[in-house]
Amino acid sequence: MPLLSLITFLPAVGAAGLLVLPRKRQDLIRGAALGVSVLTFLLSLKLFTDFQVGVGQMQFVEEMAWIPSFGIRYKLGIDGISLFLVLLTTFLTAIAIGASTGVVHRIKEYMVVMLLLETGMIGVFVALDLVLFYVFWEATLLPMYFLIGIWGGPRRIYATIKFVLYTMAGSLLMLVAIIAVGLLHAQAGGEITFDLTVLMHAEIPPAIQWWLFLAFALAFAIKVPLFPFHTWLPDAHVEAPTAASVLLAGVILKMGTYGFLRFALPLFPQATMTFLPWISGLALVGIVYGAWVAMVQPDLKSLVAYSSVSHLGLVILGIFALNGEGIAGSVLQMVNHGLSTGALFLMVGMIYERRHTRMIADYGGLFRVIPFFGGTFLLVVLSSIGLPGLNGFVGEFLILLGTFRVHPLYALVAVTGIVWAAWYMLGMVRRVLFGPLTHPENADISDLTWNERIVLVPVLVLIVWIGVYPAPFLRRMEASVERVIVQVKRQQAVQGSEFIVQGTAAMNPEPSTMSPEASSMNPEPLTLSRGRR
Amino acid sequence: MSLSIPQLDWGGAAPFLVLTLTALGILLFDLFLSVRHKVWLMHLGLTGVLLTMALLVSGFGDQKRVVGEMLILDDFSRFFHLLFLLIAALTFLVSVKDVEQERIHRGEYYALVLFATLGMMVMASAADLIMLFLGLEALSIPLYILSGFLRGQLTSNEAALKYLLLGAFASAFLLYGIAFLYGSAGSTRLDRIAAHLSHGAAWENPLVFFGIGLLLVGLAFKIGAVPFHMWLPDVYEGAPTSVTAFMIAGTKAAAFAALLRVFGTALTPLHAEWVAPLWILALLTMGVGNVAALTQQSIKRMLAYSSIAHAGYLLVAFLAGTSRGFSSILFYLVVYAFMNLGAFAVIIALARQGEERPTLSAYAGLGFRHPVLAFSMAVFMFSLAGLPPTGGFMGKLYIFSAAVEANYVGLVVLAVLCSLISVFFYLRVVVVMYMEEPREGQPNPVFSPAILITLFLATAATLQLGLLPAGVWDLAVRSVRSFLG
Repeated sequence: MPLLSLITFLPAVGAAGLLVLPRKRQDLIRGAALGVSVLTFLLSLKLFTDFQVGVGQMQFVEEMAWIPSFGIRYKLGIDGISLFLVLLTTFLTAIAIGASTGVVHRIKEYMVVMLLLETGMIGVFVALDLVLFYVFWEATLLPMYFLIGIWGGPRRIYATIKFVLYTMAGSLLMLVAIIAVGLLHAQAGGEITFDLTVLMHAEIPPAIQWWLFLAFALAFAIKVPLFPFHTWLPDAHVEAPTAASVLLAGVILKMGTYGFLRFALPLFPQATMTFLPWISGLALVGIVYGAWVAMVQPDLKSLVAYSSVSHLGLVILGIFALNGEGIAGSVLQMVNHGLSTGALFLMVGMIYERRHTRMIADYGGLFRVIPFFGGTFLLVVLSSIGLPGLNGFVGEFLILLGTFRVHPLYALVAVTGIVWAAWYMLGMVRRVLFGPLTHPENADISDLTWNERIVLVPVLVLIVWIGVYPAPFLRRMEASVERVIVQVKRQQAVQGSEFIVQGTAAMNPEPSTMSPEASSMNPEPLTLSRGRR
Repeated sequence: MSLSIPQLDWGGAAPFLVLTLTALGILLFDLFLSVRHKVWLMHLGLTGVLLTMALLVSGFGDQKRVVGEMLILDDFSRFFHLLFLLIAALTFLVSVKDVEQERIHRGEYYALVLFATLGMMVMASAADLIMLFLGLEALSIPLYILSGFLRGQLTSNEAALKYLLLGAFASAFLLYGIAFLYGSAGSTRLDRIAAHLSHGAAWENPLVFFGIGLLLVGLAFKIGAVPFHMWLPDVYEGAPTSVTAFMIAGTKAAAFAALLRVFGTALTPLHAEWVAPLWILALLTMGVGNVAALTQQSIKRMLAYSSIAHAGYLLVAFLAGTSRGFSSILFYLVVYAFMNLGAFAVIIALARQGEERPTLSAYAGLGFRHPVLAFSMAVFMFSLAGLPPTGGFMGKLYIFSAAVEANYVGLVVLAVLCSLISVFFYLRVVVVMYMEEPREGQPNPVFSPAILITLFLATAATLQLGLLPAGVWDLAVRSVRSFLG
């Protein structure tokens, strides 16, 4: 059974189905959309259970000719990295749809757009053909454009156009680079193809790699967003409706970090090494800058938005540490950030619906009024700042460990970012939840409804689960992470050396298969010790 | 002196003849029909068009020359003939409301559209530069008349006069170029010119250089390439909307057919001296078209500038000069025809009588008042902007890959930046439709069956060409192969 295609296109089919439902039956439309997204999530759980641990190669691969004369194929597959991003997408979409009770306006169109967005996002994480990936990548843009533009705040049109133009500026150049990669392969004597698994083994001259890497990296850096390409993000977040913020921070930003890991690094290993210090440097600036700017935000949503800039800088730093700990930590942190920031945006949306303000100064002493909300909010914030025992700690710890091994100074700077995160996050919690009840109109707001609790509880469960017992997650990533590392290190190790280029090294993760040069670049063993916690 | 009258291959000439007879038939029946029954003229025209299409489809794969070897019938010309006929058929459908509302004389209107289509077909088939010129004039003269059809409106008069004067200039340039080429090669037949130019010494002759240059200028006028584009926005805006739709899709395709035919057969290899001017021409066309479109308030004018920009993308593929580049032009022209005719169908559905400049504000809130209309308009805008999963994206993918393959990476990057600019003004239409509230006194759209059929066909084709482009692409490749050899 083509499981991946089913998961990818089920939401789109559901969206088409919604179109025929009568506009007046709002509950029916909500129910149907929620049903489709939950079903998609349940199907994606099958990926988790059927996933073969210890295999680094792509699994569940589906392949079909799409545009044969051009070598463009319909090829899907997942490995231990994309698995979790697919799960995160299906999970968060279901949550976001469940939490969309505040939307009453044009509910049918809203749900259609949400489901189309889900198809696009899943497609990005499962596509193994570069052109197909690009199609999905752009296909996420339009639903988000409509979500912000139609259901957003007062400056929504400015924000949505800025979002589209920024993203397209990057992605169009990536398109040129994608074309170039396929044609280079053809000119080197192979057939014209855009199949990632084939192109990964292509030898591209370093001078050309340089440009291609930059084009890819720009697209991904804008999406992440890496400093200084981040300016679209606060605007988009502040104007977006709650569910769109959740998916934007939870999933769309991960498309950028995933892109680095899946495409930019393996395709252009030498250019990766050239630009490594630059990108790590930008990530560090982002970590510190994001934290500093978040500190002074009066608006809850923009505070969380800037904290995302900071947190994703950490993810990028982990990826470019290029070792098992760093990358595995980053992949896990992508999931963690999706969960905790997603939950934060949800909860900000929940109190916004009650009080119609997002200003921190308008709150205070809420804990006594709405204790369930307060407790949950505190837990999510603690997860976001990486308290041990919660999910954020595991990811951040691994990233810092990986970074420290390569570059202790980077790790040192990154740690300050985490310290500042604790500062502004806890400060925000103090001003919102604790202290005296300064605004009397806050005295009689109601605590979370059952619907809101049901939406939040699964997120909390995952936050604690990953924090306490991350092994099931890390185990599934391990082999794939190693495969990426071997792929990146292959070329500067021994130019064109057969045994690595063939990808056999991925089957045998012993560090001894690395050449001496590679070992001197990175003296640590690549293996991620099993059952770290 | 003995005059030899060439044998006419009736089978080969049949598509041209059927179309001519249909047009003449329309003119004839027009005299006998009362005003109420004039809609039958359109049905007659459509029947003729469909019959011609059937004749062409049945002839695919075979290659011959007709009319004293002046016209070539190969897959390349058939591909274009089918495209022109399709454009004519869709123009007929969208014109129903326009013609009725603006009280246009139906008989002349439909006949002139068919004559212009005939001219396009001749251009695509021309095996001789004289034939090319005849085709161009047979296309242009009906269009001069058609663009001035709204006699009561000043803009329409202006359009017709401008088009006539500048069109005459363009024709003169073209003729001048033909004369130069004849002077150097001793023949106007494309294959003889090709044979003459195949020995390198021929390129030393300055006549060849000027000849090609003037020929290019003449065709660049018709394409609307910058800096020969000045007439285009005014003419496209002033002409009746259905005529604009016909011109925007048809004239461009015909001019590119001629360009490919001439440069593909006679002037290959594209001489190194022409690369630099073409490079600049392509860049200017993309840049000026897109930047000027940014500030337009009238939607017709915006699409006119956008058509200039699209000519620029096509020139990028033309510059690549490879068979992949030529095939991508063919593919793009098909997508281009569908998305533009579709967009104009929406404009016509929303147009009010006597309104010269339909502005964007008429579209405010359309997304929720008329979901079907707005959805298809959004699809066309996304396609024009080149976003997946539409045909416009696939077209750009093909064009850019051809140009990258031919090592014009710098130009492709600039093209990409230009199309980034275009995203802004195409999305503005979508913003107005979906993100602004409806205003007072907006026109109620007309949902006639003809408009709905056009919208459905155009939307379905635009999406299909984006999701499953392989069929049309293979046909384009085959067609180009049929004359590039």
